[in-house]
Amino acid sequence: MSVLIIAEYQQSCLDEATLHAVSAAQQLGEIDILIAGHNVAGIAAQAQQISGVRKVLLADAPDYAQVLAEAVAPLVVQLADSYNYIIAAATCFGKNLLPRVAALLDCAPVSDVVAIIDSQTFVHPIYAGNALQTVRSEQSKQLLTIRTTAFALAESAGGQAAIESVAAVPVPELSRFIERKLTKSDHPELTTAKVVVSGGRGLGSAENFAALLNPLADTLNAAIGASRAAVDAGYAPNDYQVGQTGKVVAPELYIAIGISGAIQHLAGMKDSKVIVAINKDADAPIFNVADYALVADLNTAVPELLEQLKALGH
Amino acid sequence: MKILVAVKRVVDYNVKVRVKPDESDVDIGNVKMSMNPFDEIAVEEAVRLKEAGKATEVVVVSLGVKQCEETLRTALAMGADRAIHVETDEKLEPLAVAKLLKAVAETEQPQLLLLGKQAIDDDANQTAQMLAALMQFAQGTFASKIELKADEVLVTREIDGGQEQLALKLPAVISTDLRLNEPRYIKLPNIMQAKKKPLEKKTVAELGVDISPRLVQLKVTEPAERAAGIRVGNVAELVDRLHHEAKVI
Repeated sequence: MSVLIIAEYQQSCLDEATLHAVSAAQQLGEIDILIAGHNVAGIAAQAQQISGVRKVLLADAPDYAQVLAEAVAPLVVQLADSYNYIIAAATCFGKNLLPRVAALLDCAPVSDVVAIIDSQTFVHPIYAGNALQTVRSEQSKQLLTIRTTAFALAESAGGQAAIESVAAVPVPELSRFIERKLTKSDHPELTTAKVVVSGGRGLGSAENFAALLNPLADTLNAAIGASRAAVDAGYAPNDYQVGQTGKVVAPELYIAIGISGAIQHLAGMKDSKVIVAINKDADAPIFNVADYALVADLNTAVPELLEQLKALGH
Repeated sequence: MKILVAVKRVVDYNVKVRVKPDESDVDIGNVKMSMNPFDEIAVEEAVRLKEAGKATEVVVVSLGVKQCEETLRTALAMGADRAIHVETDEKLEPLAVAKLLKAVAETEQPQLLLLGKQAIDDDANQTAQMLAALMQFAQGTFASKIELKADEVLVTREIDGGQEQLALKLPAVISTDLRLNEPRYIKLPNIMQAKKKPLEKKTVAELGVDISPRLVQLKVTEPAERAAGIRVGNVAELVDRLHHEAKVI
């Protein structure tokens, strides 16, 4: 059995999501990684060191510079013959690309896989994580996106995969890249952070959101997340959103501040190891999943928490 | 320009579904059903484009059981011009939906196809991408802003690190993020008017699409329950427990 993983990277660095995908794929067969892009030899060099990778396929061409789905899907289809599985991480990148590839191959993919039972049987959440569906696929090719938080990180060193260049395939002139605006942050990346400090509508304003959460996140070396309500109210950018339609996180510690805990939000964080909730509403649904619940006004509790963490040496 | 919008009837987003005791499926008997929230945003965007004079006709399509008519009537009340219902009792996977939508689109010849980015029941987030692939169109997924130009559409997409903007050649497929717009409140006169708007019926056989499932649902289970937590009295106790008990700080 052989697996093709479509790698994801940011500027000059292979994304951790790809390492999670490798670790999931280790249960399925021999792993090759496809790096599509332009001037990405450095990414390929990182990929060849991942433990457990057989081969790195490098498709380096100007057409792939922005890794647009319209450009990369035909390339993956061309390579697909040699593989039983095609896998990407269930990130915005993977979710955008993989179904396009699947349709071109006339395959039904499985989204957001959280467990691999055997070579044809996969588990994934449905209904905002309120149910887990186990599906069997007898298709000749399995296309999966995997939920990164459900699989460990593969070792990023120790591997000695060979790099093989693959020729670019013609790209249909359908879409054109204009610009990318990334949210600047001094904090760790949300989906991989060990600690996440998350704010909701209870913060009251963008100023308060930043003033209360930034120092707390700095002190704990935490990423900052937000509920949809906080994002919609303009307190935080959209890519901070944790939930069914935002990011799924599973840190060691998740601190929900002023978040009521709608099912859409819980879908994105209820696999966190320890959940702390601070909310003045004693009936907030977030308290049903919290390991430690503090009913308090966040405007006094959060500064107090910060002070005591500092006293503890953080 | 004609816009085709696909809408799905799903369990209302406020309902917490339960798994059937025999683990055969989720229990959706007698629960409130609504239009998928992302599709509502797609309908709203299409209607706004028409109101702005950028589109001439908004056609909505839904695939599934008889009651999908209600979902289509809702879309008509929001301002869509006419509806197409492909009626079937079969459970449709995204690949089958994409193929059926392709068949409808080939007859309708829309310039823009608008879909929600995902349905809140299967959470697949696949159909728009598959439809774009099958039609060999460009895709603008997770759109938070759409700007129609003469022969292309500018799409701002929500991505993991922030946003990106693409220009897509028309015709194109776009899937909506929650940020795209705020769907309107439907007024009673619009509901009355919607009853008079055309709703055309089609069958899967007419469209000549193979909808047989590719995946077999073996079982549906409840996710593991989290053990009940404890209420702490104050911040000092919280910090103490996180430090000594949970050992996470």
